[in-house]
Amino acid sequence: MRNESRAAALFLAPAMLVIFVLFLLPAAASLLLSVTDFDIYALADTSNVRFVGASNYQALFGDSVFWRALRNTLYFAGLGGPLTVMIALASALLVNAKLTRFKSLFRTIYFAPVVTSLVAVSIVFRYVFHVRVGLLNQLFEALGLAPIDWLGDPRFAMPAIVVLAVWKNFGYSMIIFVAGLQSIPEELYEAARIDGAGRLQQFRHVTIPMLGPTFLFVGIVTAVGYLQLFAEPYVMTPDGGPLKSTLSVVMLMYEQGFRWWSLGYAAAIAFVLFVVIALATVIQFRLQTARDRAAASAARAAKIVEGEA
Amino acid sequence: MKARRGTVLLHIALVLGAVITLVPLAWMVSASFMLTGEASSYPPRLVPSAATLDNYRALFTRMRIGRSFLNSTIVSVSITVLSVLFNSMAGYAFAKLRFRGRDRLFGLLLGALVIPTQIGMLPLFLMMKTAGLVNTYWGVILPSAASIFGIFLMRQFMSSIPDDLLDAARIDGASELRIYWSIVLPLARPILVTLALFTFMASWNDFMWPLIVLTGEDKYILPVAIATLSGEHAQDIELMMASSVLTILPVLILFIALQRYYIAGLMMGSVKG
Repeated sequence: MRNESRAAALFLAPAMLVIFVLFLLPAAASLLLSVTDFDIYALADTSNVRFVGASNYQALFGDSVFWRALRNTLYFAGLGGPLTVMIALASALLVNAKLTRFKSLFRTIYFAPVVTSLVAVSIVFRYVFHVRVGLLNQLFEALGLAPIDWLGDPRFAMPAIVVLAVWKNFGYSMIIFVAGLQSIPEELYEAARIDGAGRLQQFRHVTIPMLGPTFLFVGIVTAVGYLQLFAEPYVMTPDGGPLKSTLSVVMLMYEQGFRWWSLGYAAAIAFVLFVVIALATVIQFRLQTARDRAAASAARAAKIVEGEA
Repeated sequence: MKARRGTVLLHIALVLGAVITLVPLAWMVSASFMLTGEASSYPPRLVPSAATLDNYRALFTRMRIGRSFLNSTIVSVSITVLSVLFNSMAGYAFAKLRFRGRDRLFGLLLGALVIPTQIGMLPLFLMMKTAGLVNTYWGVILPSAASIFGIFLMRQFMSSIPDDLLDAARIDGASELRIYWSIVLPLARPILVTLALFTFMASWNDFMWPLIVLTGEDKYILPVAIATLSGEHAQDIELMMASSVLTILPVLILFIALQRYYIAGLMMGSVKG
């Protein structure tokens, strides 16, 4: 036993050192940083740092630019998240269908955007969305529709970024859904068929409930990733977009922390983001647990009715 | 007959999806071979009139992208080697070594997955500055030398290694290090390949932290270099497409060659153990 304990310490040391010193410690230090007025003067001479309590947070909540960034980020996650999950599920159903041929080819193609560099594809999509020569507007014109100034119109700039994000990320969630679909026992579908359920009903009463945990996993991973929106607007709309409609919370944090060196203020932004992400995670957990409980009690009620029939 | 029509519709949808997915990438490649100004000409061109390597040449000579390519390779290989080693050691400890507080520590690490990486970047930068690691390879490598997700993946896989195998080796007098090196690692080869692949791709594509800690052009990795380029050369579409191709191609080739491992690892990471 003791041999194993000693060995364990050795085996754990390098990874734990990296994770604690270079990830957990800085994360905690960020909280500390957010209650100081660390700025460019402190960068030059650390004795300039003062403890300022909650005044960074007060300034933050009174800053309309921050609220704009938060609204933009929530809009992006709220629009992009469900869209990504739905398209991922749809493509998983298509790829996993019994009649599908060349399954792995389609799976590879749909997954390819996931492994590409976000910066590289943001550069590509900046031109795809070009108002005059972009692919998307070329398609619009071919279909007889009026071209849209995607990145210049405050109504369409964030939706354009949503399109990019969905394109890039749906393949990842699709694979998770495929794994989930393949883990549903065939007997459940057979039982439903015996009870007279058509394909749509089988989908609603077998597939969807059984995918509950998968929805939770995909929902959380997608939401957490999208709330950290940074590279796309940084590359496509570096000035924050038309009427600052694509400025994201992380972009604001980066600007404040590493352009203006207001590290204390930026740390407050980072901490608020952390709280938002934690909330989004907890809310999804609660929603899914409630759904599971409702499904379970519905199943029980059905059994009781059946027993009485 | 109905089944036949269903199959046709199914495959039409699949092909449509594939086309939509591939078109931006195909256009990127096509435009990278176009002459300057061709991609933004009117009426728009989808294929180059006379394919040229000029854009790539310009990238390697005038823009010296070869340097960034080298930086990316050095950084990504280093991160991959270190983190596969560190993560597999830690994963093995959590999976197979018995010690006090093991499950509690692992639970703590899993909980920490909720913490966004950006929150630590500000103090981390100050730490790096104090340590003199700003604008160095180590400044980029060290923070990625281990990851909670990597440890999780390793532990998932190694849990399935039979205890009797390891206990037998212990009875024979083998040291823990020997057991790890000669028994566990060879058995874990598939998952090691998967983790190496994940890690290489993630580090190759990593953007925000390298953007922060690398302050000199000579150390830029590819994503940072092309982001800077896109700011200065926004009008030169063909050049920017070529730079994107260079950044995407290595990882895409790696993925296509080893996709079996990647997808299997992804599924393993998502299914509850």
